[in-house]
Amino acid sequence: MTRDDDTPEITPLAGAIPARHGIVAVSDLRARSLTVKEQGGRLISLWGSDERATTGGYHLQVALSDSDGLLWLSVPLPSLAYPALEDIFPNAARMQRTLHDLLGLHPEGARDLRPWVRHGAWSAHDFPLRKDFVPPCPAGRLEDYPFVAVTGQGVHEIPVGPVHAGIIEPGHFRFAVVGERVLRLEERLGYTHKGLEKRAEGMDLDTLMRLAGRVSGDSTVAFSWATAMAAESILALKPPPRALWIRALLLERERIAQHLGDLGYLCNDAGLAAGFSQFWILREEWLRTQQQIFGHRLLMDQITVGGVEHDLYPDGAVEMTAELGRVELRVRQLDDMLQEHAGVQDRFLSTGRVKPDMAARFGMIGLAGRASAQAWDLRVQFPSVPYDHCDVRMATQSSGDVAARVRVRFEEIHESVRLLRHFLVRMPHSALQTHCPPGCKGSGAGWVEGWRGEVFVALQLDAGGKVQRWHPVDPSTTNWPLVEQAIMGNIVPDFPLINKSFNLSYSGQDL
Amino acid sequence: MAGLLRQILSLGLLGEALPPTQPEWMSAEVDHIQQSVLRHFGRSLGVRLVDAGSCNGCELEIHALNSPQYNLAGAGIRFVASPRHADILLVTGPVSRHMEEALKRTYDAIPAPKWVVAVGDCGATGGLFGESYAVCGGVSRIIPVTVTVPGCPPSPLRLLQGILTAVSGSAPNSLPPQPE
Repeated sequence: MTRDDDTPEITPLAGAIPARHGIVAVSDLRARSLTVKEQGGRLISLWGSDERATTGGYHLQVALSDSDGLLWLSVPLPSLAYPALEDIFPNAARMQRTLHDLLGLHPEGARDLRPWVRHGAWSAHDFPLRKDFVPPCPAGRLEDYPFVAVTGQGVHEIPVGPVHAGIIEPGHFRFAVVGERVLRLEERLGYTHKGLEKRAEGMDLDTLMRLAGRVSGDSTVAFSWATAMAAESILALKPPPRALWIRALLLERERIAQHLGDLGYLCNDAGLAAGFSQFWILREEWLRTQQQIFGHRLLMDQITVGGVEHDLYPDGAVEMTAELGRVELRVRQLDDMLQEHAGVQDRFLSTGRVKPDMAARFGMIGLAGRASAQAWDLRVQFPSVPYDHCDVRMATQSSGDVAARVRVRFEEIHESVRLLRHFLVRMPHSALQTHCPPGCKGSGAGWVEGWRGEVFVALQLDAGGKVQRWHPVDPSTTNWPLVEQAIMGNIVPDFPLINKSFNLSYSGQDL
Repeated sequence: MAGLLRQILSLGLLGEALPPTQPEWMSAEVDHIQQSVLRHFGRSLGVRLVDAGSCNGCELEIHALNSPQYNLAGAGIRFVASPRHADILLVTGPVSRHMEEALKRTYDAIPAPKWVVAVGDCGATGGLFGESYAVCGGVSRIIPVTVTVPGCPPSPLRLLQGILTAVSGSAPNSLPPQPE
């Protein structure tokens, strides 16, 4: 590969992951994107930054994944417009709309220009991520949203949300149905928009780490690690080996905790209450162990820039090892039971299917992607310490239905149990924290395979070491449009099951 | 199927006494409170949740409350699907401006008498998200709050205490900070 060597402005970023960053002209953007796409690469995120104070304009930022790792392009814009990328990468469409809502940059050639995360609390002429933004007082009134209308004989609409029947985050789903069969689903998200990226501006790194742990509570370890990784890249900081091993241990524990909970709810939504209870007994025991060893049931605020907060206490490793044996055995028993249970399998099999070609076209990632034959797992493709030592086995399926997403979860639990055993036996002894030098100006990226999929963080610090721009990306952002595809042709009562089988984050996509 | 039944039988009953442990902060009045719940609600306290922009951490702990260990049904508490069936409203999150209207409408849809429990540091004050163009800065800015349960997120036990405290009627309006 010599394509970057020809362009000296793209240089490697220091740090744990293979990443390159550089400035390209807006006229080169589409050609570069096409090259990446043709070679099997993906769009990770598209966002923007207000650089008027330094370079006099706005920068479009694009993160791509190719065979060499992460390619982060900063594109100075001579105007407020840039060429849309949605025809190359369909997942760009909502990112472009978000970018317009927050920074006022216009995607030329985009088909859908409706607002996405802006519901009216601020006007169409205010852009929160501009540095000179003044919050409207009082806040604006919510605006009506022009849903795509589906017409025809016997078609009717079912609006659901933002407040749902269960314990679930808020979002709106508009179903167009004939009888019970779904013709089309349109999602409307943005209800949990908390202005995270604006909030981060000017923060010191310690406070940013707390915020990072709360992008999506179920992925607190993944976002904390990715944010720490980005900061460490800027500060040229190498955390001690034991700290990296503990981070991986936390990440795998988070994966198992979430998979146990999801499997329980999938049983619940398939009508098997006993299955729910069995999995949630296991999950509760798992969380109590975490409280005991790390002082937090969900593992928030364990990771710091340059290290980790807590070591395992002397008996912690022994306890966790014993627990792994118990969990592994009981999960295998539950797996056998679900496989034998005709009623559950009837609900799981062929429900909510995303075929591999569709998944590839949309750039589907993570757990749900792997269930549709999209073999992406950062722990396998670009393993950082300690994953580079343990030859992670990727779980993939090709049927792309609820059953496949269940299967991937079971296999990943077993693989994570294996990894945790490896970590507990082989974990090196060292300090837990590298001294964190005063901040300096720069850009860094973090990229971590959380339980839901890859979590990406881009960070820019100013000369004082404060946050100039922080952009966290949950895999849900890319995978949400696939839920719209998965439900098509299914019946309305299967939607909760399908939605749960993805279990995407609302907070992580709304920011 | 036989395997599943065996597993259920071999695990036995895991429901813990209410409260399952007795940390200092949990007063001996809980028994009394529980009795009063049972007296007033006849084992039928309906709880409705609105996520008003949380990070979903609080939801995870509210889900955990449904783990068999907490024996919620045994205490006469159940989560209901509609505000029309609810006695108590749990609200998480700093109240995003986009959820403000939905929260108000849900509150209005609950028949009186009703209680509101603001869950988590965000529900209490806006937490780390504060008050901004996007968030209102706490549940009490929007609807009347009976009890606040701080914590990030509060444990299931604390949530349970918050719910019981709200219906007891004679309670402090905020639980003390969550012990480390």
